Amino acid sequence: MRLKSLVPVIYILFLMLPIYWLVAMSFKTTNEILAGFSLFPQTWTLANYTAILTDPTWYWGYINSIIYVTLNTIISVVVALPAAYAFSRYTFVGDKHLFFWLLTNRMAPAAVFALPFFQLYSAVGLFDTHIAVALAHCLFNVPLAVWILEGFMSGVPKELDETAYVDGYSFPKFFVTIFLPSITAGVGVAAFFCFMFSWVELLLAKTLTAVEAKPIAAVMTRTASSAGYELGLLAAAGTLTIIPGAIVIYFVRNYIAKGFALGRV
Amino acid sequence: MKKLNQRAWLFVTPVLLLVAFNALIPMMTVVNYSVQETFGDNLFFWQGIDWFEQVLTSERFHKALGRQFLFTFLILIIEVPLGVAIALAMPRQGFWVPFCLVTMALPMLIPWNVVGAMWNIFTLPDIGLLGYFMNHTLGISYDMTQNPLAAWVTIVIMDVWHWTSLVVLLAYAGLVSIPNAYYQAAEIDGASNWAVFRYIQLPKMKTVLTIAILLRFMDSFNIYTEPFVLTGGGPGNSTTLLSIDLVKIALGQFDLGPAAAMSLIYFAITLLASWLFYTLMTMNDNKS
Repeated sequence: MRLKSLVPVIYILFLMLPIYWLVAMSFKTTNEILAGFSLFPQTWTLANYTAILTDPTWYWGYINSIIYVTLNTIISVVVALPAAYAFSRYTFVGDKHLFFWLLTNRMAPAAVFALPFFQLYSAVGLFDTHIAVALAHCLFNVPLAVWILEGFMSGVPKELDETAYVDGYSFPKFFVTIFLPSITAGVGVAAFFCFMFSWVELLLAKTLTAVEAKPIAAVMTRTASSAGYELGLLAAAGTLTIIPGAIVIYFVRNYIAKGFALGRV
Repeated sequence: MKKLNQRAWLFVTPVLLLVAFNALIPMMTVVNYSVQETFGDNLFFWQGIDWFEQVLTSERFHKALGRQFLFTFLILIIEVPLGVAIALAMPRQGFWVPFCLVTMALPMLIPWNVVGAMWNIFTLPDIGLLGYFMNHTLGISYDMTQNPLAAWVTIVIMDVWHWTSLVVLLAYAGLVSIPNAYYQAAEIDGASNWAVFRYIQLPKMKTVLTIAILLRFMDSFNIYTEPFVLTGGGPGNSTTLLSIDLVKIALGQFDLGPAAAMSLIYFAITLLASWLFYTLMTMNDNKS
């Protein structure tokens, strides 16, 4: 029995080791990193963080990422809400096919779409804008939001809808004042997952931007190659990208499995 | 029973338009390229199925596909049993449950290129924690940029680090849904641990494990950013997985025709394999 409780402990230690190393590296000076191995930072420094937070190319990377991720989350959830309602309440011609076609878009390798996306968004004049990345990420986030929301909506009894109509509610009024409040958890989880999957994706975001909307992830790859290998800076930038996830994850801890399984648990 | 209502199409139209814009137009562009040859200046010539033949018979494609299947096979065979074992060992209630859930989910929320960069820093031979430990404490020569085997072990371990928690969380969600009465009944019957696992826990986890395997298959088959940042496909071509090769051909060499043909073959394999997996794993449900 004792042995069994050690398993999660060892696993969590394994998960934390690379993260610890990244964070430790971010507090070291460049000299210390190049001088050789040290388990803890010998001279703590905030220089790497100061460098990032005072250099516009760096901090605009964060702002750009946050702008398109937020746009994407709003668009995905707003268009997914009525669709998920339709899937959970009605049958209509082609509903099952449509539902599965949505899922196939999650299977498409992003590498397949990189070049056509570049041409499509150049052709419609949206290249290097935040909205381009936000729209492109809808490819996998809208299906995700539809599936998650449908899962939550199917848990709400249909009697709720019927009672509201008997009481004389119009559909929009019922949807906003009665139905939405009863699935707030679902909306929160869907929004969280859209935010997360847009935040972690790099290939499409990098392909669709050049200067104006360049995401933080792409700024990092540039630094790693051109300005020499500034490991401390890279580590600090990486550490800062972990923070948004770490902050919000506590609130959705009981729904993580449901979200990753597209609402099917 | 759900009501039949064709006006529901109005509700799904925005989703349909948005996803179709992102999926159908690029897909048609790819189809277009795959049957044409271009020498620049927007001049295109009909090429028929030549590119498909070229890709399907090229040794380079076979090798990349082989590496891709090996990678996916390895991570499935490691992550699924490991994930189930960890989920079984996790506490069912108390203070440690939220702690486990949050710390285990953390790797999945890190941007993919940061995952690659983090593992790069972690495995540097002289100043990385793992690299230093292997080379200087254990005395095993370990350098990803030189040794293909080391590169392979590292990308597999990185993926295990990144995604085993997905299997853990899904399996755990299945386990906590089992009512206590099942375990009490098993205890009265004097069932062994194995019997409890085989006849109570495993059947209850079947749906979630199906989802977990499907997701891990799809995502590992499409993986690009993490191994690209970590190894760049090297040393040599030893870790050039399918996506990495595709991007090399499409954006590196700008061979649009072959790249497009390869994209379509790639997507078809992913779809077919996912459909096969799904059918095989749900077949027993339909029988009973």
